[in-house]
Amino acid sequence: MLRIKNLEAGYGPLKVLRKVSLHIDPGEIVTVIGANGAGKTTLLKTVSGLLASRGGEILFEKKAIRKVPAERIVSLGCSLVPEGRQLFAPMTVRENLILGACVQYRRRRHEEVTEDMERVFGLFPRLKEREAQLAGTLSGGEQQMLAIGRALLSRPRMLLLDEPSMGLAPRMVREIFTHIVHLRKEFGLTILLVEQNARGALAIADRGYVLETGRMVLQGPSEELLSNKNVQRAYLGWSSEESA
Amino acid sequence: MFWEADRECMNREELEQLQFERLQSTLNRIYSHVPFYRKKFDSLGILPEDIGSLADFSRLPFTAKEDLRESYPYGFFAVPLREVVRIHASSGTTGASTVVGYTRNDVRIWSNLTARILTMGGVTKDDVVQIAFGYGLFTGGFGLHYGAERIGASVIPASSGHTLRQIKIMMDFKTTALISTPSYATLVAETIREQGIPLAALSLKYGLFGAEPWSERTRREIQENLGIIATDNYGLSEIIGPGVSGECREQNGLHINEDHFLVEVVDPETLRPMPEGETGELVITSLTKEAFPMIRYRTRDLTSLLPGHCPCGRTLRRMARVRGRTDDMLIIKGVNVFPSQIESILFEIEGTEPHYQIVIDRKGGVDEVTVHVEVGETIFFDQMRRQRDMMEHIRKRLAQELGINIEVKLVERKTLARSEGKSQRVVDRRTL
Repeated sequence: MLRIKNLEAGYGPLKVLRKVSLHIDPGEIVTVIGANGAGKTTLLKTVSGLLASRGGEILFEKKAIRKVPAERIVSLGCSLVPEGRQLFAPMTVRENLILGACVQYRRRRHEEVTEDMERVFGLFPRLKEREAQLAGTLSGGEQQMLAIGRALLSRPRMLLLDEPSMGLAPRMVREIFTHIVHLRKEFGLTILLVEQNARGALAIADRGYVLETGRMVLQGPSEELLSNKNVQRAYLGWSSEESA
Repeated sequence: MFWEADRECMNREELEQLQFERLQSTLNRIYSHVPFYRKKFDSLGILPEDIGSLADFSRLPFTAKEDLRESYPYGFFAVPLREVVRIHASSGTTGASTVVGYTRNDVRIWSNLTARILTMGGVTKDDVVQIAFGYGLFTGGFGLHYGAERIGASVIPASSGHTLRQIKIMMDFKTTALISTPSYATLVAETIREQGIPLAALSLKYGLFGAEPWSERTRREIQENLGIIATDNYGLSEIIGPGVSGECREQNGLHINEDHFLVEVVDPETLRPMPEGETGELVITSLTKEAFPMIRYRTRDLTSLLPGHCPCGRTLRRMARVRGRTDDMLIIKGVNVFPSQIESILFEIEGTEPHYQIVIDRKGGVDEVTVHVEVGETIFFDQMRRQRDMMEHIRKRLAQELGINIEVKLVERKTLARSEGKSQRVVDRRTL
């Protein structure tokens, strides 16, 4: 579905991604875990076309998208749910969702938007209740739901999620992760999930990659990463003594 | 039958992406955690990120057995010892031993890979598997043990030796699969015949043999004498132990677990890659090992990569059965001779037994080589002429093939020493 080889990106003189390679098969949930500053967000920004890359190869459904503009990548079927939600606070929930559907309007599929809106409300009934409320007045969890809902309205086949658990209460984190698993089942989505909450992400992902200062240092099935001592120490907050 | 069909039958393009990703993360880890590799990379002016494709891979340095010896015992470990849950050591057939370690994940992957090999050879959860490899520092016993358990078979950790007891266990416990060296399987078959035990008293169906080179003819004999399907498998402790490659029931070469190991075949002298199908030294890079990753490890084993697809459906490339070792290479009268060459000539000759020994002497500064070959009773007790003809025939074939004269001596069956582990095929008495 998505195949990345030797991706390089950075800001000014700063090299952030140093030849990063990864792949996601259709229907997989894959997570990239890593510390703050490892390059996780840069990776998603580069894939979604918001940041120009400096080298490498990105194939989305076998199409080279490394130099394709962001809005075109969305219409190809790959949507980003950005870090910190990036909602339009003074607009209502409904208006925010409609903004996500602009590719659909361009495709002249107005009737599908109504249908999709209902599906999103089905998935997140709380958004339905707050349909006319301003996005800025929502709780953190609700805002995350809205950000995901907005991405869904472009009818993507692949969703890039940047730190969806950030800043949420533990109960809300669990709920969001449950929704992500749901998204794969109900919407047939392939999901690339970037997270600092390594434990939560690995619990729902099929596979994972560990990014350290712009380099991939480990990759494998989630259960392997969960039992890797380095991952435990650095990302799960266990000392190696208690982990047996 | 597949153990991990999605891996074993992967399309090549996907496999290469996976291999490359795994190679990249292995390089990133060894560069920061294994001083030997960091020094070597620095001296060559290579950074892990300079390797941008599987093709660039040939810029990486080789790792030799001597490098491992110099780092004895733990110098090559890429994780602290507290993360290592298992330590093995190579048998040291040809020198000092090498110490290798496994993390919990390494052991898990190892079990999975030997489970693949066992499944290829026919083993299922309904089998009773008797493992007649040594359990100890040697990786053979434990490696295949875990794989068989993973499959869900009933495993008998018989370990090596005590042949009569092994056979009694085989009969009483209704063993269906025997795991050992091929030479031990031959010994078991001989002992069964001597004891007058009918094949019907055994329940054996499969045999998975490895840890030493063997020939097609030995396979036929083992299959006939034990009434089994015999498959070959390959591994070495420096890489993981058993689980590197194994034959499927097509018996046409060993499928390499390429999603975990990157293999090359190079000329042992020039280190240049050999064309597909041509014999050279096998070089292996581990792609998923945590505790003991290896970059371009020179195995000293001689094999070739086989062209074409296997009818079994696996896309994993195949290697030919190992023909011998580069360090078995004998220089006789200035000519490079591999014992495996002599073996294949002996085995194509009617009436010889699968046992032989090559004895090398130096008299008056000249190498003298004698091959002792066991022959069947019929020939031994027959007329002298048939014996002479046979000796002459073998001598001629050897001279043709190797370009040097080698003496041939026929000996009675069972005169040459049998081994329970690796056979002693060469006795070099030269003092240089």
